[in-house]
Amino acid sequence: MLAELERLYQQALAELEAITDSVALDAWRIAHLGRKAPLMQAFGRMREIPPEERPQVGRRINELRDALQAAYEARAEALRQAELARALQEERLDVTLPGRPRPYGRLHPTTQTIRDIVGIFQSMGFQVFQSREVETDEYNFQLLNIPPHHPARDMQDTFYVATPGVDEDETPPVVLRTHTSPGQIHAMRHYAAQDPENPPPIRVVLPGMVFRYEQITARSEIQFTQVEGLAVGRHITFSDLKGTLTEWARRMFGPGARTRFRPSYFPFTEPSVEMDVECFLCGGKGCSVCKHTGWLEVLGAGMVHPVVLRNGGYDPERYSGFAFGMGPERITMLRHGIQDIRHFWRNDVRFLEQF
Amino acid sequence: MKVPLSWLKDYVDIPLSVEDLANLLTSLGLEVEAVRYVGLPMPPADARLDFKTSGLAWDPDKIVVAEVREVLPHPNADRLVLARVYDGQAEHQVVTGAPNLFAYKGQGSLDPPLKVAYAREGAVLLDPYNPGGTLRLKRRKIRGVESYSMVCSEKELGISDEHEGIILLDADAPTGVPLADYMGDAVFDIAITPNMARALGILGVAREVAAALGAPLRVPDTAVVMEGPPIEGRAEVRITDPDANPRFAVGLIEDVTLGPSPYEVQRRLKLAGMRPINNIVDATNYVMLEWGEPLHAFDYDILVERAGGQAPTIITRRARPGERLTTLDGEERVLPPYAVLVTDTAGPLSIAGVMGGAESEVRPTTRRVLLEAAVWDPITIRRVSKALKLTTEAAYRYQRGVHPALVEPALLRALELMRRWSGGTVAQGIVDRYPKPQRDPVNRFRPADIRRLLGLDLTATEIANLLRRLEFRVTVHDDGTIEAQTPPHRLDIGEGVVGIADLAEEIARLYGYDRIPATRLADELPPYLGLERARREDRIKDALVVLGLQEVITYRLTAPEREARATVAGEPRPDSEYVRLVNPIAHDRRVLRQTLLPNLLEVAERNARFVARQALFEWGPVFLPREEGLLPDEPQRLALLLTGPREDDFWAGAAAEAMDFYDLKGVLETLARALHLPQPLRFEPGEHPSMHPGKTARVLLGDKVLGHLGELHPQVKARYDFGPAAVLVAELDGCALRDALPDRFTLRPVPQFPPVIEDLAFVVDETVPAAAVEDAIRAGGGAYLRAVTLFDVYRGQNIGAGKKSLAYRVAYQAPDRTLSDKDAARIRKKIVKRVAREVGGVLRG
Repeated sequence: MLAELERLYQQALAELEAITDSVALDAWRIAHLGRKAPLMQAFGRMREIPPEERPQVGRRINELRDALQAAYEARAEALRQAELARALQEERLDVTLPGRPRPYGRLHPTTQTIRDIVGIFQSMGFQVFQSREVETDEYNFQLLNIPPHHPARDMQDTFYVATPGVDEDETPPVVLRTHTSPGQIHAMRHYAAQDPENPPPIRVVLPGMVFRYEQITARSEIQFTQVEGLAVGRHITFSDLKGTLTEWARRMFGPGARTRFRPSYFPFTEPSVEMDVECFLCGGKGCSVCKHTGWLEVLGAGMVHPVVLRNGGYDPERYSGFAFGMGPERITMLRHGIQDIRHFWRNDVRFLEQF
Repeated sequence: MKVPLSWLKDYVDIPLSVEDLANLLTSLGLEVEAVRYVGLPMPPADARLDFKTSGLAWDPDKIVVAEVREVLPHPNADRLVLARVYDGQAEHQVVTGAPNLFAYKGQGSLDPPLKVAYAREGAVLLDPYNPGGTLRLKRRKIRGVESYSMVCSEKELGISDEHEGIILLDADAPTGVPLADYMGDAVFDIAITPNMARALGILGVAREVAAALGAPLRVPDTAVVMEGPPIEGRAEVRITDPDANPRFAVGLIEDVTLGPSPYEVQRRLKLAGMRPINNIVDATNYVMLEWGEPLHAFDYDILVERAGGQAPTIITRRARPGERLTTLDGEERVLPPYAVLVTDTAGPLSIAGVMGGAESEVRPTTRRVLLEAAVWDPITIRRVSKALKLTTEAAYRYQRGVHPALVEPALLRALELMRRWSGGTVAQGIVDRYPKPQRDPVNRFRPADIRRLLGLDLTATEIANLLRRLEFRVTVHDDGTIEAQTPPHRLDIGEGVVGIADLAEEIARLYGYDRIPATRLADELPPYLGLERARREDRIKDALVVLGLQEVITYRLTAPEREARATVAGEPRPDSEYVRLVNPIAHDRRVLRQTLLPNLLEVAERNARFVARQALFEWGPVFLPREEGLLPDEPQRLALLLTGPREDDFWAGAAAEAMDFYDLKGVLETLARALHLPQPLRFEPGEHPSMHPGKTARVLLGDKVLGHLGELHPQVKARYDFGPAAVLVAELDGCALRDALPDRFTLRPVPQFPPVIEDLAFVVDETVPAAAVEDAIRAGGGAYLRAVTLFDVYRGQNIGAGKKSLAYRVAYQAPDRTLSDKDAARIRKKIVKRVAREVGGVLRG
């Protein structure tokens, strides 16, 4: 009997070797390890063996059963691995096919640049102050030390608003603001109202849309944004102006950004300056963007004119301050190599989606 | 202003290169925009310069002063001559067609010879027939006569566009000397800011350069040889309005012979941008360019004639109603009543400070000249110049301010130049009326005042020395105060606190902006005033971006027709109902917008050609005229637009459906949640002039109407170039939305116990709005009702015509325990009752 069992065992192993799918494997397990399998039945046939041989044969049957069980498990695992490998192979993707497009919103490039500019000043303690776009001549010009017929009015071509009852030959009293500077007066008066005898210090930035009577060309627009800034206090100096704006330029254009200051003229500041930043595209070597000068004109600034301080409710004998103004579209154009300012309000998606 | 270097050097020694001088001028606030090289060496093409360059460098070996010794006929051409030219080394034969040599043809040897600019073989000149190009002189034959060099016109040398004749230099030009050494020049084009009016004369520019260099200024000599009979009794001046005309002076020169000015004078005038006329007019222009004080020359004999043979009296006064004058450009002009005139007893002679009259101007036959030097009120000049659209060199200077102290030296200087150039005799004395003397401010201050403004620690002596370089008369007192007397050529220095700021600027400028230290703000931080507007607007924009929308910014200026195009009626409102421009740049940008939708539609229309799917928003003001007050309201609006497929095309699966009303509604609902609005938005059927009447919702927050949401009306859509997909638009009151944003919000507890979830479908009449059903479910469900989500809307025969079934997934949840089936059944019963009572809904089995 033992010899027959050994044969059956060898035969089962041989069959197991040939099995390649789980159905056949299951059939094999029933045939060789199931209750009716010859090896399992062998325990029932122990009576046919002399009693003294029984322990030895019984041991041997157990060994053969365990061996077959182990062989079965090994085979089952091998088959599972093979099937997994096949399945993984079949599920393989073309990873080069395009991904599913996700809708993606963006801020307008002007908004993005304004946020960059304003964010830096906010971290220096400046607060955002907004004011109106249609202004009186008084706020847009006169309170900023630009009286009627001042030659500085030639520097800003103005859109005038029709006002009922005002003869069209006269200079109309309402304009589209030509700069964000009227916001300086609004801000000073707002702050001064807190304590007119001892007005508090001011640090504000005033982003907003301004308007100029211009032809619309690649270089000039009828509307563009400005970010104005104003700091007023009892101890604010021209050297603070230089330090603050130099620090802003480093944070805006990179820690190595160099600046230079040139005298300029604005009726509402004195002394007035223009600040250039070393061209960040060519590193100052000269390129088409900086027109081979190595420098980019970035902003105008100056110490707030005493007349303007006084018009804002601040005594120029006790207070001083600086103001600055810059053009976010111009800075955006410089940073991204944009040649034509008309892109900004045309809102072509092929322009906008690149930001 | 155009400043020739040679002219500038008359008044100050400048040991700097052209480029360094340009940089110095810019650092002084005299911004050099361009330099035109007229003979001097040019910088290399790759030089890093802050100004534009143009022009021509004259090769010192190849372009020299030479003399024409004889002019001979050309053997084969009547319109050409042969010039025998000596260039300091040898004689050459030059073929030329210069008409101004023809007069000398066949006159034999010329004594003295004619001095010319001579270009040798190989010289590089500007090509007169190819603007911007150059040419190199080569040996060739002209009508059978060999030619290898030329006598130059101004055009070939880049002096002017004059190409009719060759340059005839002044007789003292040194033969054989390189022309660049003799008259090589560079012209600085300086942008003069309004505060720099004192630099509207080359002497003024020189004064700034001298101050910067610490070099002495050579002021031109104003001594005049006056050998004629006295002017007294031969001309009188009467000023009727000293505010309009603070000073007026005249001088007289007799026996003048009008003719061309010396070549050097003509060259300088041309480089400075003026046209030489004759020796008298040129003298007035030359002195104006030198001092910045405009002058005017009258034909004295005409004045005498107008005075009936008597000595003329010049009267300055305002124009009379309807008064007219023919100006020297030949135009007859009606003078505005605020214009100031120079008149005599017979009527107007010239428009003061703007332009002279035709009748009394000097002409080739003029023998006696009455020369005027005056100062006028800047505002008057500006108004007249604008009204008459007359921009002259004189008006340009007067409207920026000319110091009255310049009247006398300029008058004397011009009389002397006229005498030298025209051979006349100057009458002794001048008539000078100065009823309103200029008071030059004296400012008293301390070094601390300068430190307070500049952050720069200078001693009183240092400050005094800087100001003295600018010709301020400065005294440093024992108590440390500084007293600075403004020099009598400046009108830009004020008094008191303004004067100190003006002086601080002068000190900073001369000290050098780049040498002033850079410091961090050390001043006290300002109080926080709750300026939250911008931050709230940013939150709204950010939420919309997260929702996948692209921000756009459009023009504030539009036209009523453009706005009408976006309405069903299409009827533009009158301009008078808008904020309207007096001076629009274009007819279709003449008013300020009152809605954002039309602009958004125009943007989407343009982009529809390139992309199918668009999701846009704009945040910005509209401009609404008010009954009272000058200024309009400028409320903020938020406009949104969706169109095209819900998703962009993808290679797997079917194309996405087009977005509809509920896509945009979903954006608004999610926006409201993202912004933590205190309550959900409500949507009611609404009407809007741009929207589909059946697909429009009024959007409410509480009882406040925020705006409208809807599908664009098909008739409106047809006016734009859109594809078949629906266009969804919304326009909301941005201020109301912004002001509704809470400063903080409180979290509900996160549930600890699981919800019971069940589906309830109710059959209701078609006319019942879904919102009413949901309201009833919520009311019935009470506190344990956690969520209600509509997941299906069904219509079909089995529920009957005119009915619809709304299927909701509802969740019940208690904060403190797990709800049992019995609890759920109780809640469900209440809901079913409530829905039946309020909207007649029946639970589907």
